[in-house]
Amino acid sequence: MSPTPTPGQTVGPFFHYALPYPGDRDLVAPGTPGAVRLHGTVTDGDGAPVPDALVEIWQADPAGRVVARSGSLRRDGHTFTGFGRSSTDREGGYTFTTLTPGAVGGGLPFFAVTVFARGLLNRLFTRAYLPLADGAADALLASVPAERRATLLCRADDRGFVFDIRLTGEGETVFLRFPGQ
Amino acid sequence: MDTQAEISDEIAALSKEYDEAGVVETQPRVDYPPYRSSVLRHPTKDLHQADPEGVELWAPVFGPRDVDPLEADLTIQRGGDPIGERMVVTGRVVDGEGRPVRRQLVEIWQANAGGRYIHQRDQHPAALDPHFTGMGRCLTDDDGGYAFTTIKPGPYPWRNHRNAWRPAHIHFSLFGSEFTQRMVTQMYFPGDPLFALDPIYQSIVDPAARDRLVATYDHDLTQPEWCTGYRWDIVLTGSHRTLMEADTEGGDA
Repeated sequence: MSPTPTPGQTVGPFFHYALPYPGDRDLVAPGTPGAVRLHGTVTDGDGAPVPDALVEIWQADPAGRVVARSGSLRRDGHTFTGFGRSSTDREGGYTFTTLTPGAVGGGLPFFAVTVFARGLLNRLFTRAYLPLADGAADALLASVPAERRATLLCRADDRGFVFDIRLTGEGETVFLRFPGQ
Repeated sequence: MDTQAEISDEIAALSKEYDEAGVVETQPRVDYPPYRSSVLRHPTKDLHQADPEGVELWAPVFGPRDVDPLEADLTIQRGGDPIGERMVVTGRVVDGEGRPVRRQLVEIWQANAGGRYIHQRDQHPAALDPHFTGMGRCLTDDDGGYAFTTIKPGPYPWRNHRNAWRPAHIHFSLFGSEFTQRMVTQMYFPGDPLFALDPIYQSIVDPAARDRLVATYDHDLTQPEWCTGYRWDIVLTGSHRTLMEADTEGGDA
């Protein structure tokens, strides 16, 4: 018989001295050729910023390769590991310096995103698709009601991509449940 | 501010409703109003069912470059012995099929023996311990095993309601072999008198599921003249990639 998964719990208010680390949000050094910024704001049901959230991304490299390289916690400035972590600031903002993910297999390119926050009793998964995504061509996007699809798409800005995360209410981000959860 | 009695009444009502519904739940509810901070911070729409694809079928890799073995001992970080009850916490991280999660990152953080976090936002007037930061990391071994040496954390007050106290706990952050297995949770200690009063613990409405967050005191882990020992195993959700590989190979599992 399969064991039953352990329940999650909120990350709470006091993770800041434990989970963030130097270089956590810089998957590549700023200024690296091809570097882009992925950033956005986490907001609550009143539209107010969430200053004590933690956002993680996991992504392929620009060629669509899923890398298996250590070094995310102690970045050497040269190795792209595909993982990043950013706590939000007082305005609910998070930010990453990274490379544009390529498509893996036949799918559209996206950043896999996990969200944690004080007040959020279990982590949430979502995807931040690149803005070029044609929703009809992707199984997940096609399965999401059209009026909510935009919550899964980054917007382009002059330095990269913007992906806002709305935890609840008007414009609530589409969060994902994977089989077995 | 609400009283403990009001919060406890809400907890009891939700528990009764759960018992009557007869549908087993194994995870916390994200919509759990007795935890007041959750009200504006949980999705109101059903989570959207998705099959993991691409990068989601893999997980970040961490290695010896990332974690110094000394980071698993929270009692030696500040050049002196921290105050409190020294203990070891050990267990295994396995996936939904019971297979070990090997060579993967485990991160923990906790209050000190007096119930105080070093976090600047913690205003609880209990003493900081200059010899204790309360954070640690390790990599699991080839059997999925992890082990930390630390100090038993104290309970601490918070402002969910008047006279609110959290049961003593250690926060755990875990990765699996797939990004879909990522989780953060809290480990508690057996017999804590604050369990019934705590809306975060009680947000897991199923009693058997709540018990899965409680470590077991294990005298075989306790070391003479040195420290007490607790065991706590962690089960992540299933690994989709392995199932798909089994399918590809014609496996009938």
